[in-house]
Amino acid sequence: MTAFGKLIRTTAFRLTLVYLLLFALFAASLLGYFAWNTRRLITEQITATVNTEMGELIDHYQQGGLRRLTVEVENRALRPGSNLYLVSNPQGQGIAGNVASLGPGVMSRVGWSETFYQRLDDPGERNGDEHHAIVRVYELTNGFRVLVGRDVEERRRLFGVITAAARWSILVVIVLGVGGGIFVGRRVLRRIDAMTASTQRIMAGNLGERLPVGRSGDELDRLAGNLNVMLERIEALMGGLKEVSDNIAHDLKTPLTRLRNRCEAALASGSEAGHRAALEQTIEESDGLIRTFDALLMIARAESGQARDGMTKFDGAEVARGIHELYEPLAEDKGLALRVDAPVAMPLYGSRELIGQALANLVENAIKYGVPAPGSSQSEIVVAALADGERVFLSVADHGPGISEQDRRRVVERFVRLEASRTEPGSGLGLSLASAVATLHGGELRLEDNHPGLRAVLALPGRGPEPTLDDAERGNPRSGEHAGRAT
Amino acid sequence: MRLLIIEDDRDSADYLVKAFREAGHVADHAADGEEGLALADGGDYDALIVDRMLPRRDGLSVIGALRDKGNQTPALILSALGQVDDRVKGLRAGGDDYLPKPYSFAELLARVEVLSRRRGGRGEEMTYRVGDLELDRLSHQVTRGAQEILLQPREFRLLEYLMKHAGQVVTRTMLLENVWDYHFDPQTNVIDVHVSRLRAKIDKGFERPLLHTVRGAGYMIRDGLR
Repeated sequence: MTAFGKLIRTTAFRLTLVYLLLFALFAASLLGYFAWNTRRLITEQITATVNTEMGELIDHYQQGGLRRLTVEVENRALRPGSNLYLVSNPQGQGIAGNVASLGPGVMSRVGWSETFYQRLDDPGERNGDEHHAIVRVYELTNGFRVLVGRDVEERRRLFGVITAAARWSILVVIVLGVGGGIFVGRRVLRRIDAMTASTQRIMAGNLGERLPVGRSGDELDRLAGNLNVMLERIEALMGGLKEVSDNIAHDLKTPLTRLRNRCEAALASGSEAGHRAALEQTIEESDGLIRTFDALLMIARAESGQARDGMTKFDGAEVARGIHELYEPLAEDKGLALRVDAPVAMPLYGSRELIGQALANLVENAIKYGVPAPGSSQSEIVVAALADGERVFLSVADHGPGISEQDRRRVVERFVRLEASRTEPGSGLGLSLASAVATLHGGELRLEDNHPGLRAVLALPGRGPEPTLDDAERGNPRSGEHAGRAT
Repeated sequence: MRLLIIEDDRDSADYLVKAFREAGHVADHAADGEEGLALADGGDYDALIVDRMLPRRDGLSVIGALRDKGNQTPALILSALGQVDDRVKGLRAGGDDYLPKPYSFAELLARVEVLSRRRGGRGEEMTYRVGDLELDRLSHQVTRGAQEILLQPREFRLLEYLMKHAGQVVTRTMLLENVWDYHFDPQTNVIDVHVSRLRAKIDKGFERPLLHTVRGAGYMIRDGLR
């Protein structure tokens, strides 16, 4: 596309053209109206003058007959800048007045007409430069006729001035408009071209590039600003994705390498007992790998919202009590007190299995990492199910070292394990799963400060989302009919 | 017991047939859904082991067809799809148990043995007895010899499940499923802690232990002399 082709295709340029057309039409109609009105006014004035004079001449005729009329006409005709006068006999020959020639048949038409003429006293203007006049012909009683007329040159000149003004103004409007359109269009085009260039560099893989943002704060700047925020988000997501794949590679390859090394060592050792131990370790290691895969798959399923089939109504407090009951002896063995605070039923809709597993992950984390500092007075881990009317909060609070503010976002990501937890067995997927499960249920996983320690909260919508989930499950857009039906 | 394995992967099928024979059972094999349905319908099996994805006829559809014909042979579904909703679908289709791949043979064996004895088992008895240990399901009383043993409600249910399947291996995941009603795989040894507490109550101070750990598989309650 040529530069000019690009320019005339810009929105700014096209808008300018539309405005230009509208403006030209407006100017033309204004001037047209003005011209038409002026012409009408002048014509009215001319006819009034002619009528007056005609009246006076008729008066003279009636008082003094043809003779007095011709004397009066001759008198008036001699005045400078006078009107046109002509008296003709019944044969159509002029007998008095200042008119040399008229358009054909003017004298034979009684009443108003418009014609060219030549004056007797104006011979210099013979060569084609005709004058125009509005004339009135009156028939006297005996076949004589009298004509009074007035030159319309004045009117024509005025009209000419107006036409010229119209032509000029339209020309100026067009020149200014096209010029302005080109100016604005090129300005916009330059900025869009700069943005396009940046976008192309970004598409080519330079994700760090940002769109240029001007200082005017206009719509283009706001658009560029928003796009930059979006790019920032995409870059962060890409970074996260890369970290996840790096972590997956690390966390899956490490046990696989261990597994392989052990087998190799066992083969080299050649002893029966060595083989047996290696095989047992191999099974243990592959079980760990399977668990990691299962957790990854489950997170992926929960994140994509596919795990909706097993959703039912269930009691969140019952889940909290069940998980507490399941882990209480284990916590006690580790010297921790696990307490439950779930006195009343908390109706939830969703997968009891997944919520249970998410809560179990949080409890396991608390038992593993929530060990309080020696000498601390608080050592309790509390599993609680509370509600605030709209939401149900299933929480696990410990008094361990907690997670620092800046790490809280990070630990939810897959395979992220804080340095402190590296020595404990685990996949680094527990919080990721809990977070994915919360998201699947329309809620979120919150990590809060327990002063000291960590409070992990599954904030879930109460029975609110049931109808929509019900619909999604059935593919039925009408919620009313099935809302009350048990699944 | 007589088993039918409907599995299209030759290696897995051969391994299972061999392993079940070594465990003292008779196992037949069908390589696709149609063959499996014909065999299951004709033969008198104690349990079916059905792969979820099969050529010619889907595993769930095989079980559905059998149930439609009134055949109630217990069926365990094996599947690479191990998610919660897949399990729900499998059980809705008429399956009696669901085991995600990969599984350990010990787990599969324990589950199939429990399944096959479900029919005509001791499910309806009001009192379970193992040696001198007695559990009354109505009054929730547990006694060993002349001594009454006080159990927490969940310990009672754990013991009830173990005694219902006395003489059979019960795995940790089976306990989690049947006593706590969760199907996930806990990363820590939570179940072991519960079992060792129960063991402390019923076996401690008695000459003959009844609750045994089966290495690499799970637990079993039985009278040591039998």
